[in-house]
Amino acid sequence: MAVQKLTIAKALNDSLRKAMEEDPKVLIMGEDVGKLGGVFRITDGLQKDFGEERVIDTPLAESGIVGTAIGLALRGYRPVVEIQFDGFVFPAYDQIVTQLAKMHARSLGTIKMPVVIRIPYAGGIGAVEHHSESPETLFAHVPGLKVVSPSNASDAYWMLQQAILSDDPVIFFEPKRRYWDKGEVDVEAIPDALHGSRVARTGTDVTLAAYGPMVKVCLQAAEAAAEEGKSVEVVDLRSMSPVDFDGIQASVEKTRRLVVVHEAPVFLGMGSEIAARITERCFYHLEAPVLRVGGYHAPYPPARLEDEYLPGLDRVLDAVDRSLAY
Amino acid sequence: MTVESTAARKPRRSGTKRPAAANAAKPAAATAKTHDAEPQLVQLLTPEGVRVDVAENPDVAEFAPFVADITTDDLRGFYRDMVMTRRFDGEATALQRQGELGLWASLLGQEAAQIGSGRALRDDDYVFPTYREHGVAWCRGVDPTNLLGMFRGVNHGGWDPTTNNFHLYTIVIGSQTLHATGYAMGVAKDGADSAVIAYFGDGASSQGDVMEAFNFSAVYNSPVVFFCQNNQWAISEPTERQMRVPLYQRAQGFGFPGVRVDGNDVLACLAVTRWALERARRGEGPTLVEAFTYRMGAHTTSDDPTKYRRDEETAAWEAKDPILRLKAHLLATGGADEAYFEQLEVESEALGKRVREVVRTMPDPDTMAIFENVYADGHALVDEERAQFAAYLASFEGGE
Ligand SMILES: Cc1ncc(C[n+]2csc(CCOP(=O)(O)OP(=O)(O)O)c2C)c(N)n1
Repeated sequence: MAVQKLTIAKALNDSLRKAMEEDPKVLIMGEDVGKLGGVFRITDGLQKDFGEERVIDTPLAESGIVGTAIGLALRGYRPVVEIQFDGFVFPAYDQIVTQLAKMHARSLGTIKMPVVIRIPYAGGIGAVEHHSESPETLFAHVPGLKVVSPSNASDAYWMLQQAILSDDPVIFFEPKRRYWDKGEVDVEAIPDALHGSRVARTGTDVTLAAYGPMVKVCLQAAEAAAEEGKSVEVVDLRSMSPVDFDGIQASVEKTRRLVVVHEAPVFLGMGSEIAARITERCFYHLEAPVLRVGGYHAPYPPARLEDEYLPGLDRVLDAVDRSLAY
Repeated sequence: MTVESTAARKPRRSGTKRPAAANAAKPAAATAKTHDAEPQLVQLLTPEGVRVDVAENPDVAEFAPFVADITTDDLRGFYRDMVMTRRFDGEATALQRQGELGLWASLLGQEAAQIGSGRALRDDDYVFPTYREHGVAWCRGVDPTNLLGMFRGVNHGGWDPTTNNFHLYTIVIGSQTLHATGYAMGVAKDGADSAVIAYFGDGASSQGDVMEAFNFSAVYNSPVVFFCQNNQWAISEPTERQMRVPLYQRAQGFGFPGVRVDGNDVLACLAVTRWALERARRGEGPTLVEAFTYRMGAHTTSDDPTKYRRDEETAAWEAKDPILRLKAHLLATGGADEAYFEQLEVESEALGKRVREVVRTMPDPDTMAIFENVYADGHALVDEERAQFAAYLASFEGGE
């Protein structure tokens, strides 16, 4: 059957398996990705089936993992790297920013860097510090990197394969608190373009733009708003670099109101860029300033406070109300 | 391993004074699994609880004098430390299972490495732990219940590091080895004679930060002891996925000595750590101590070791249990009787009870704590967001 009901975790696992079957140059690298199948089991069973030469348990060194992935890519491989948790990508940040992102430009376009860096990211799982960060802006800000995040199983399945097929380095953020959410995956479908947005729910009064873990929250908010007679459109951005501004613009021209929602701090976050661009593009359509809902300019708090820190239904609905009140 | 098998138990030490031939030991790990090989290490108390005869084992002679002053009372004290730490650790694991803690990183099996090294420290020494050093915290006088806040999710630390010279737990692997090195550079600049100790794991030894810490400390001759608890596993990855030469030998390439010690032997850990600390105090620079031990439980409560680890391996290490070893010694030498052990049982139960009570009544942090301590001098953006958040919260009160 072409359509299956899968968790995001399983969809990612199937996606990796498919990519490895289709291209012998695809390698998986990371900490605990072998026998254990990764701490979230995204690579479960792959080493058993593809062997230790293709599913590589690495020494515990992120700079080493990304740096050697760059070398393997130079040699014609397509490494898919797993960083165990968001907060542990920073030892590799130097390699990603100074090397991976710039190799294509430095070589005047002769070198391709088909490296995918998978990062389970964002909060909501009650973890200790460094396990709940949303560093997407730090990567989206870097020219040469592409940054995406699926919000559902179908996108998880398709976007990961598209990322692996891409000749550019892709930072692939996986919303870890959604790993166990189930959704339909049509493995024979023609997938949406990797960097296009998608209208996840249609509405007429206000647009909510989100990606990754916040799409679900926005859909729930739209549901709740509908009970109060408000029609909320939800746009799943899917890609943070590049951003599909045309898609957001189309929605905003219809609803005339935009609220951008993400877990990452609001200050200089994705919402700031989107607000600025959409204000330029849609100045005469907008009935309200673009509003942003997100994290605070504060370190990610201890788990017992994350419900207060993370944008939830109430904060999103509050922003919808504020937008509508203009 | 018995007392007779002295050849297999020769201590190995790399360093400037070591003859070249010994240093050129071939990288055995390239062919054999490091964690299966019978390692050569400094041992003063056998797994059967028998004191190693120093006269018959000249290679431990350098370290034995560092525990010559240890009395039966002291031994009982170390035993108590280990029992209390294990009891606390077991309680925390149980509390995690009951949903009271979000996560727990158990030290089960590593008590001797932690108590031996922890009891070697002076009050004015400074400790940089990773996230599993509950036994060292105990030696430093940190109330064990303070260690639980971070695992319950109410704070990121739970103690003032300067009270006991015990730094906050560090989760990003290996980072703290550089902090320890810098701190030690400061100690040296101040002309103080205290020392610094940095804890880390075998997996962490692969991080660039750790290599940089080794190099900085060597270049600046800093008074720091790198104490690696090689518990054979970094989550699912065995040591051969981290290194191809025995870990302690790595120090040599940076220009300072490395020693492998039996990490399940509290006396040997004490002796070797004291030796390394004294080198540091004398201005002789850094030392790497590799405590060869075993993580008896899961990596953390989120981990399932049955996915990657053989039961036989765990069983083999159970025979080297650090607590049973000292108990056997105390019983055999008349250092303690059953009454002592029973009384300790009561004491450790009381600790367990206290830990349970404290955890269950541990208050959640105040919501506004999100905005506290972001900056020392304050920050306009934080102030603005705090005010907005307070207004937002207030909008609910008296609402529905
Ligand atoms: C930079 C970084 N990468 C990954 C992790 C995730 N992680 C936490 S503990 C651990 C294994 C550490 O093994 P080891 O250093 O041997 O210490 P042990 O936990 O066995 O005491 C890993 C991979 C981390 N905390 N920091």
